[in-house]
Parts: sequence; structure tokens; C-alpha cells
Amino acid sequence: MAKLNIKDVEHVAKLAKLSISSKEVSLYQTQLSSVIDYVKNLSEVDTSNTTPTSQTTGLTDVCRNDEVICANEIKKEGYFEIDKLIDK
Amino acid sequence: MNLPLSIKETQKGLIQKKYSTVELVDEYLKNVEKNKDLNAFITVSDDLAYKKAKQTDSLLKDSNDSLFKSYPLLGCVVAHKDLFLTKGVRTTAGSKVLNSYVPDYSAIAVERLEKAGAIMIGKTNCDAWAHGASGENSDFGPTKNPSNKNYVPGGSSSGSAAAVSAKLCLFSTGTDTGGSIRQPASFCGVYGIKPTYGAVSRYGVIAMASSLDCVGAMANKTDDLQVIINIMKDEDNYDSTVTNKTSKAKTKKPILGVPNEYFSEGIDKEVKDNAQKAIEVYKKLGYEVKNVSLPHTKYAISVYYIIQPAEVSSNLGRYDGVRYGKDRNTFSSEAKRRIMLGTYVLSAGYYDAFYLKAMKVRSKIITDFDNVFKHVDTLIAPVSPTPAFKLGEKLNNPLKMYLADILTAPANLAGIPGLAVPYNSTKDKLPLGFQLLGPRFSENTLFELAKEFEKHHD
Repeated sequence: MAKLNIKDVEHVAKLAKLSISSKEVSLYQTQLSSVIDYVKNLSEVDTSNTTPTSQTTGLTDVCRNDEVICANEIKKEGYFEIDKLIDK
Repeated sequence: MNLPLSIKETQKGLIQKKYSTVELVDEYLKNVEKNKDLNAFITVSDDLAYKKAKQTDSLLKDSNDSLFKSYPLLGCVVAHKDLFLTKGVRTTAGSKVLNSYVPDYSAIAVERLEKAGAIMIGKTNCDAWAHGASGENSDFGPTKNPSNKNYVPGGSSSGSAAAVSAKLCLFSTGTDTGGSIRQPASFCGVYGIKPTYGAVSRYGVIAMASSLDCVGAMANKTDDLQVIINIMKDEDNYDSTVTNKTSKAKTKKPILGVPNEYFSEGIDKEVKDNAQKAIEVYKKLGYEVKNVSLPHTKYAISVYYIIQPAEVSSNLGRYDGVRYGKDRNTFSSEAKRRIMLGTYVLSAGYYDAFYLKAMKVRSKIITDFDNVFKHVDTLIAPVSPTPAFKLGEKLNNPLKMYLADILTAPANLAGIPGLAVPYNSTKDKLPLGFQLLGPRFSENTLFELAKEFEKHHD
């Protein structure tokens, strides 16, 4: 995990649609590099048998009952039938 | 007029006709004006406050205190962190990007407090996009600490903490993503609650890091925080991470755990000694106290400063200057820094080494807490490695600022609740305190513990 160089900063700024002046690039390079350098300490942790956590609620597929408001509600086999929208 | 310091006191004064609601709002607004140099507010909504105050006085006419059962916050003045959307009232997130943004709906938290009778006095200053732990990253100038104006009030809910401390409102709302309620509450000597992740809806709150953001509040008394959270919390059919779970407070005395890693060398001696004094108070009250270990604490900053910027870079992607707000050139440097950091750790070639790795170590941090809560009920620890620091002291070193989150960020990573309790001050008269941390949905146990402490240490 090398520190960031100028091209890295410019690349990342482009991805994020941020405009960085040439004066600012080297300052961001220093600051971002110091953070990236610090977070390298995570490589000390053995996570070979660890599942990642993306959120802590443990919930999945939370749904809310939908209310359907449809002018011409024609249900066929559980589907709504509507007029054709796209012609060939 | 001596401003009341609690919900009960406020409502007692109104019923006994010590003051009218209009007079109360008047007094708060006078205080806001007198303390303009604290820079606690970005927007003061005086017209709206007077309108609501008059409505409240009409309700109170020929009424008795049963009115407070329908409106538990009737007459109580609130200040909202400027991350909370407030219908018709400018909401900036502390950033020039949203300098003229006026929302057409309010956050669920704001709506519920209003329905309960709370009167909004204004929108408080904060680090832009909640990026910060001092208030100095606000595009509207930093807020000052009411205890000493040369010092920071903490952040990112800087204005909210200062406003309660300086009596510019009765209570305030805030958000805590890595400590942004608990730390400023502690720096300003007020109570602050970060509820369980998934207790209070984030709908209408400008998102920072969606797996970490928590809506909470600050006040002068634990009782008040409990009332406020009970009003804000529970399902709303908008935020799918919210459930109606609440654990009752423990009937037996909770066992307290002291995490060794939160009292390590890097923590200021005054802060540590003071937290130890608080532990002694609990011991004298008959609480059992055990030493425990959270071995992955030292990795929490790395995990937090990978996951949070990654989520920030995604959430701030919506500010394209097309549908609302100014363009992305208007972001100031801290926002740009975090967006770039997040983009980097998510980018091809780096995702596995950084973001995926961080999510795995996050699991380890969560397991640390789960293990500890098998042996103790609540953890007691300092809130921040130092008391409030001087304005400008950490500005030139973003990493140094980030490291200050070491004692607060783990709770956000684990989604557990934390309550900051003020206690004593430093020899330079800056507020000190401690925090209580518990398993998910154990807020009521934290509240009861803080109430016990309050009773025996006023």
C-alpha cells in the first residue's frame, strides 16, 4: 500500500467530480497520504475467518405494505393489466 | 428572568403563570442576541418561534397540567442542528453548498418534537456535513465554547452543545456518527445521548455515513433526554433501519465495566483521573465494577476513517448543483478530503485492501463489545482523550483531529448507545465528564445509571 502520488490525487478527484487546483494537489497528497499510511495498521489484524459487517441492525429485506392507487385497476393472475405503452 | 433548566421546570412555570410562553421565547432570543459572539446559530427563526409561542399561550389559557400529557414538550424551546431538514426554514448542513436551501419537508425527528409542543428557536452551527470534532470546519465560522471562548465547543454538533450550555434553548438535537453528540456535550458540560443505531429515524437528516449516523439530543438533565428520545424514536415507515425495540432498564443494579483501552497512556491525566472519580461514585453507591478489555480499540480509527469517508463520498455525490445547492466547487477542503479518501478506498484495486478489510475489522470490534457485555451490563469511560482544546490548535493536522475520535467512534461502529454525562471541570475550568455505553437498545439502563449519578452529584 504505497502512499498517494499526484496522479492518484488527480485520478480520485476526477472520479469524485471535484476540481482541485494545482496548488491544492500537493497539500491533499500529503494529508491523504498520512491518513492512508495510518490506516495500514489494519493489516495486523487476522480477518481470514471474519465476515464483513456493513450495518449493525441485522435486518434484511425490510418492506412496507404498498398502497396501490390505480385508475383502472384490472388484475389478472396477481398482475395489473394496463394499456400498451411502447409500439414496435 | 431565570430561565428554567428542565422540561418539568418550564411547564411548572407556565402553569403557575410565572411567565407566558411568549415571554419565555423573548428571554431565550435575548440570550441568543447577547451571545451572538458564540456563533452558535446559523439561522434564528424568531418569527416562527413567536407564532408558536402565541399558539401555546392560547392552549394554556384555562388549561391545567393535563395538557402536558397530550403535549409533553409544550413550551419547551429547541434548537436543531443544521443537518435536520426543517420545512420552510433554511437548512445548510453548515456548508455554503446549501447556503440558500429551504426544505419543503421536515425530518421525522423535527416533526415529532413539534407535534409534542416543542418550539424551534433556530438552526445550530455545525462542522460542514458533520465532518469534524471541533466546529472549526463550519463554512459559517466556528462556534465558541461558552466556558471559555478561546476554546472549541467540540463537534460536529458544536452549536447544539453551546446553545444548551449557554441557555440559548432548553434542549437541542444533534447527530453522532463518530462522537458528534457525546464529545461536544462533554466539552460544553451538558448531557448528550447517542441512541442505538436504528432507534430514531434518520429520515430528513442530511446523511453523512449511513451505517453510522445516529439522531440524538442534548439537554441539562437525563430525565429530559429520556422524554425527548421517547418522542423521536420508533418506526416511521420511511427509515427501514428503525425498529420499535426498547429494552427496559435492568431491575438489578447493572454491573459496570471499565475498558482498559479507554484509560491508556494517550489519554489526558485529568480526563482519566476524573473518570476514575466517577467510577468511585458508583462504587460507593454499591455498584459492582469490573475491568474489561476491548482489544481491537486501537484499530477503531482506521476502520472508522475508511468506512465513514467511503459512505460520505457516496452520500455527498447527490450535491451536483443541479437539483439543489451550489456546485461541487463550493465544497470546502475537509469535505473534499473526505470525499477523496472515500473514493480512493472504494476504487478498483483498493477496495479489498481497505474497505473490505475495514468491514471485517468492524466485525471484530463488534465482537469485542458482544464478549464484554456477557460479563458486564454497562461500560463507563472517558469521552475524549483531552478536554476542549484551543481554537486553531488542531487545524493544520487533519489526522491529529481524526485521532481524537478514538473513544467515541467504536460505539458507532458497533451501533450501540452512548450517554455523555458532565462531571467536574479541569483546573482551567473546562468541562469534564464521562460516557456510559451499553448493548443495543439498552438506553433505559444508561438513563437510570445517569439519573442515579445526578441524584448523588449535583
